[in-house]
Amino acid sequence: MIVELGHFALILAFAVALAQAAIPLIGAHKGWRDWMLVANPMASVQFGLVAFSYAALTYAFLVSDFSVKLVVDNSHTLKPLIYKISGVWGNHEGSLLLWVLILTLFGASAAWFGGNLPASLQARVLAVQSAITAAFMAFTIFTSNPFTRLAFPPFDGTDLNPLLQDPGLAFHPPFLYLGYVGLSMAFSFAVAALIEGRVDAAWGRWVRPWTLAAWVFLTIGIATGSWWAYYELGWGGFWFWDPVENASLMPWLFAAALLHSAIVVEKRETLKSWTILLAILGFGFSLMGTFIVRSGLLTSVHAFAMDPERGVFILMILAAFMGGALTLFAIRAPVLEAKGVFATVSRESALVINNVLLAVSSFVVFIGTMWPLVAEMLFDRVLSVGPPFFNMAFTPFMVALAMVLPIGAMLPWKRGNLARTMRPLWGLAVFSVAMGALTWTLQTGHSTLVPIGLALGLWVVLGSVIDIWTRTGRGDWRARLGRITRLPRADWGKSTAHAGMGITVFAVAALVGWESEDIRVVQIGETYHYGGYDLTLTSVDRVEGPNYVSTMASIEARRDGRFIANLQPEKRFYPIAGMPTTEAAIDYRVTRDLYLTLGDPQDNGGWAVRSYIKPFANWLWFGCFLMALGGVFSLSDRRYRVAAGAGKTRTDAVPAE
Amino acid sequence: MSMFRTLLAVLAIAISSPSWAVQPDEILDDPVLESRARDISAGLRCLVCRNESIDESNADLARDMRLLVRERLVEGDSNEDAVAYIVDRYGEYVLLRPTTEGANIILWVAAPVMFLIALGSAMIYLRRRGRAPEADKSGLSPEEKRRLQELLKE
Repeated sequence: MIVELGHFALILAFAVALAQAAIPLIGAHKGWRDWMLVANPMASVQFGLVAFSYAALTYAFLVSDFSVKLVVDNSHTLKPLIYKISGVWGNHEGSLLLWVLILTLFGASAAWFGGNLPASLQARVLAVQSAITAAFMAFTIFTSNPFTRLAFPPFDGTDLNPLLQDPGLAFHPPFLYLGYVGLSMAFSFAVAALIEGRVDAAWGRWVRPWTLAAWVFLTIGIATGSWWAYYELGWGGFWFWDPVENASLMPWLFAAALLHSAIVVEKRETLKSWTILLAILGFGFSLMGTFIVRSGLLTSVHAFAMDPERGVFILMILAAFMGGALTLFAIRAPVLEAKGVFATVSRESALVINNVLLAVSSFVVFIGTMWPLVAEMLFDRVLSVGPPFFNMAFTPFMVALAMVLPIGAMLPWKRGNLARTMRPLWGLAVFSVAMGALTWTLQTGHSTLVPIGLALGLWVVLGSVIDIWTRTGRGDWRARLGRITRLPRADWGKSTAHAGMGITVFAVAALVGWESEDIRVVQIGETYHYGGYDLTLTSVDRVEGPNYVSTMASIEARRDGRFIANLQPEKRFYPIAGMPTTEAAIDYRVTRDLYLTLGDPQDNGGWAVRSYIKPFANWLWFGCFLMALGGVFSLSDRRYRVAAGAGKTRTDAVPAE
Repeated sequence: MSMFRTLLAVLAIAISSPSWAVQPDEILDDPVLESRARDISAGLRCLVCRNESIDESNADLARDMRLLVRERLVEGDSNEDAVAYIVDRYGEYVLLRPTTEGANIILWVAAPVMFLIALGSAMIYLRRRGRAPEADKSGLSPEEKRRLQELLKE
């Protein structure tokens, strides 16, 4: 019964969404205030209905209602509680419902917190958002209904894919969806602004928090996904240039570009049409990502819903929204005249360079991801585009980005002087290069990867420190130290996120350049020496988990006789799903991870054991965390909280353009 | 200091340890050949896996391909010969790094060309912005002046 109510609630929400996509638009066009304002309660109602629908599906999972097909396919009575909850979104239908839930959540948030927006803009934003929601609701209801009942319910379910039964992956999709869908708000704002025919500083200020939030969620989502791959897939890779990973990286890069260009719109009222275009394309790439994951057109490790029919539906949504928005853009962009004038050397220019690099690197990922498809369709060649291509084609842009970042971040608005901006940075530049050179001479290998990574990392991280220090003005260092805590949070956000980027750059280089690996057959009781550690295989046991059986090794790690850790790598088998998984055992330390996995038993009674030293692995996730944290700092900046009153009076006074 | 020591230790491993193959019994006795085999297998795609090189994959087919690569190397093939041998048998699909032959050249030049176009348009835009007529001597448009007033009042 509850399941049926959930289904009805979703259908009702679809009806509300259709109404909300039309009525406020008409109201805004005709200037009928009550038609515009009706969008607000509608957005809340939509959210409430979908939340109820989602709760109903979660309930079916919690009580293991095996008359629901989705529960049968993705759950089992023995599955731990947390994976019963995460199992709701661990499949195509449920994840789509989560997607819809987040769409309505963002829509409702725009209704709740958008009181400072001009009524017509808010009405249009909510209408566009609702149109997107309606499209995805239709997709859910007509092609991917999660509430389908079975006439003959089985006794038990077939369990969730064991790879997905993991805390890291449990929270990876919701964050990713919050990010993907968050970009729909930027899209809605862009389309609403195009319909209004007005983009001003206030618009830049309104759209930026949504973009920031989406970007923060995407950062967390991508980082948790990559962390999961690192510890779960068994050899400590963190990025595979898999189509699905690329599908999340492209919107991330666009969101990063967008949140930078929105600053220019907000502060200087230029780059307007470019920013609008970024907002449209950012969400376009989100949809593209959904399409890639769910159509199964590009094979990947993640594809859980290989169904061409669904692919076609998403492609239609993509074509309709992108086509519509871009047409509107082509008609309206010329009226978005730029205001601010600036010199070639200025913060504005630096941000344009930032946007060029981010957009082109995103394009590289795009063409690399799509090329196998193009080659097969047009040239009849079945080929692969793998990590070697992406590493070669993508890395130069990130290097260039890191090189210009500290300078660009410190250039003044309007008109800058390169020599003056560089003055506090010269010492750092020399220091970074020197440290890179030192590292290069210390390592006898001829890899330049880590030296370059280290130099860039130092340059960006310390550059952010200098940046925020310079913001404290002149005078006594004590007075400056006092002032530094009172700087706007946006300044802290900027420096934190930039430092996070620097740390990530360094960590990627160190991990890729310096990791080492050892594989051997070890007898029980045998001690082997690797990477400065004495590792003893003390036992291999059979262990029963709640819904799996495991072969668990105990390996004691000592260094110079001192006990470091007892590591227990496992090979698990999930009998219900019929799938084996490897569970690496990792000793996390600041400068390195000791990473052990258990292989197969050998003929002579020993076990294959793989050991890795992963230098600075933790720094990678820490860097990502800092980037996200920086976004949160910026998001909590005063000007987004108090923009309310100021924004309203201002925009009311702006003459129609 | 201890961090520096760890750094050195890490460096020492990176230098001293030869690379190892994925299964202990596959490893060739000659470390030079073995390391070449590792390099080659990292660039070859496992045919039955979703998106893994044969070096990373646990699949049986990947193991067969790894052994084949090693066989060729032991028989005296150069890296290129060994790769060509594999490509002959399994097709272009196994190459994780696409060739530059034929239409693939588009893939390889797309990024630099796009970058030059983007940089060029950005430069033109920046030039034009720089030369755009200023509203008045203070460089502020009336709109900006009004907003400045407003901000100062805040």
